[in-house]
Amino acid sequence: MLELALKGSKRYFGWIACLLAVIGVGVGCYMWQLSFGLGLTGMSRDVSWGFYIAQFTFLVGVAASAVMLVLPYYLHHYKAFGRITILGEFLAVASVSMCLLFIIADLGQPMRALNVILYPTPNSILFWDMIVLNGYLFLNIIIGWQVLQAEKNSVAPPKWVKPLIYISIPWAVSIHTVTAFLYCGLPGRGFWLTAILAPRFLASAFAAGPAFLILLCLLVRKLTKFDPGKEQIQTLAKIVTYGILLNVFFLLCEVFVVFYSKIPEHMDHMTYLYAGLHGHGVLVPWMWTSIALMIFSIILLVNPFTRQKEGILTVACICVFIGTWIDKGLGMISGGFVPSPLHHITEYVPTKPEIAITLGIYAVGFLVLTLLFKIAITVKEEAEGV
Amino acid sequence: MENSRRNFLKIAGISALGLSATPVLDAFALDISMLDMKINATPGKDAITAKRWGMVIDTRKFESEEDLKPMIEACHKIHNVPVLENKRHEIKWIWEEEFKHAFPNLEHEYVNESVEHLPFLVLCNHCKDAPCVRACPTKATFKREDGIILMDFHRCIGCRFCMAACPYGSRSFNFRDPRPFIKDINKKFPTRARGVVEKCNFCAERLAVGQQPACVEASKGALVFGDLENPESEVRRLLKTNYTIRRKVALGTGPSVYYIV
Ligand code: SF4
Ligand code: SF4
Repeated sequence: MLELALKGSKRYFGWIACLLAVIGVGVGCYMWQLSFGLGLTGMSRDVSWGFYIAQFTFLVGVAASAVMLVLPYYLHHYKAFGRITILGEFLAVASVSMCLLFIIADLGQPMRALNVILYPTPNSILFWDMIVLNGYLFLNIIIGWQVLQAEKNSVAPPKWVKPLIYISIPWAVSIHTVTAFLYCGLPGRGFWLTAILAPRFLASAFAAGPAFLILLCLLVRKLTKFDPGKEQIQTLAKIVTYGILLNVFFLLCEVFVVFYSKIPEHMDHMTYLYAGLHGHGVLVPWMWTSIALMIFSIILLVNPFTRQKEGILTVACICVFIGTWIDKGLGMISGGFVPSPLHHITEYVPTKPEIAITLGIYAVGFLVLTLLFKIAITVKEEAEGV
Repeated sequence: MENSRRNFLKIAGISALGLSATPVLDAFALDISMLDMKINATPGKDAITAKRWGMVIDTRKFESEEDLKPMIEACHKIHNVPVLENKRHEIKWIWEEEFKHAFPNLEHEYVNESVEHLPFLVLCNHCKDAPCVRACPTKATFKREDGIILMDFHRCIGCRFCMAACPYGSRSFNFRDPRPFIKDINKKFPTRARGVVEKCNFCAERLAVGQQPACVEASKGALVFGDLENPESEVRRLLKTNYTIRRKVALGTGPSVYYIV
């Protein structure tokens, strides 16, 4: 089936060329980072994780959200999703690939990355994160590929795939839970030290992931002869609605606990993010934009009349995606480091090379996504005889 | 990097080089040169040993910032700690903090003057239940039998999980090659490569040859080092006869550094 990715229109190859150009700049900057060190980024002694780890966290969520298609289809026999589960799985593959690249980009000594396997350390959550992420990547590649191959040959997928599919459901939850555990088990980091972090991560994932999938479905319908289906998109829209509602609800729970208890170690970070602390507040406008976008999207999504209009739904999905991205991809990580455990305020702003590397990795993800979607959709077009 | 904007212009040039492998090879070369100077902290025949090392800092003996300088300098000099101008890339093993930063949860508006203005010496606490050890995915950070939390600079992958885990800000990361920023390199102690984390090692390499930690030696008796589990030791005598505090005890990490205030 791989050969299907090699045939395409001018527009298809043009898009790929664009992605390759962005990847090229990213690779160049990464080489620079390798030779200079992570000092090239905006990170510091106080804010020791930045943009890379934040993108990683956000994308783990997008990856996990594939379960929102797999679960209704395989466990509840919601047939409509059969048409598009493959899109969710391939989105997961692209997202996890980006996650792994972001981790590598963040390492000070990437050549030693294998030490995590050579000296397995089960008490470290990072060890488990490596296992669940790689496992999830392979599960989705195998499942996606087998199911698609079967569809191409108009036969049922091999029997051994079924158990893998069932395993992939809790596995999806695990990747985001373990990723949250990276942060919420650390003493002295009051912003993350909350049991609701994993649920909150999952809620924002189940909003952002399906929202992105809706946008992809609409794009696929526009660009190809395959229609993911109106019903499918509407069901996804309901999932996004619940996801974003839960996410905002969890955030409000957090706000209550933090500001009612008034424990400084927990409160200071929130204050920094949403109001600024001792005159520092680069993220304040961003965080309020995020809140505004999430609330605006809720208004559009909860109302069935607006939700059912695909034009408005598109706007809502973009709002959900950007809103949750700011929340997680911008505020969540650096917010936990400001103020520092010694109550110093060092702010974090990514540098241009850091952003170029980030965009490069996103371009790799989009490249993987494009190739996989091209294959899947060509198979589907042929199967439908259009 | 402060001048990142200017450097950004270089990107065009660098991306033109594409997949040039030079920087990668460079990085490998550094690694190998570091191996030559492997830290020798294995206790020798003159070594001083303990069940659990600890330190008592008598802050009453310090009057000004100046009083702390000799200890900080002694440590940073023998351990090849670079002096980096850029605050963000700073590396420090032992340094001074105001009371409100060293003990953020003990600070209040009416704290006595001497404490308010007195600089406090802070360093890795060599915690009994160290979160940094728990977090490290490669065992590059590990706890030795005698309670010292050590680092293997050759195994560290630079993930900085330990930095997020340490509630005392005791760890520094080599954001760039530190060697050009070391004035006189002490050949007996390894320099670090960029991309690894480092912190105070309670002078394990000195204990191994029967010496006291460098800061203790330079402290004129204000710092006392000894076995916390030996009731006869000097540190235990000080703990018995003075009221002491530790940093952020509520977190349960069990710091081994005590302060007499
Ligand atoms: S002070 Fe920090 S670095 Fe030192 S042992 Fe405790 S947690 Fe680890
Ligand atoms: S940076 Fe090094 S010492 Fe710290 S957790 Fe990672 S591998 Fe361990």
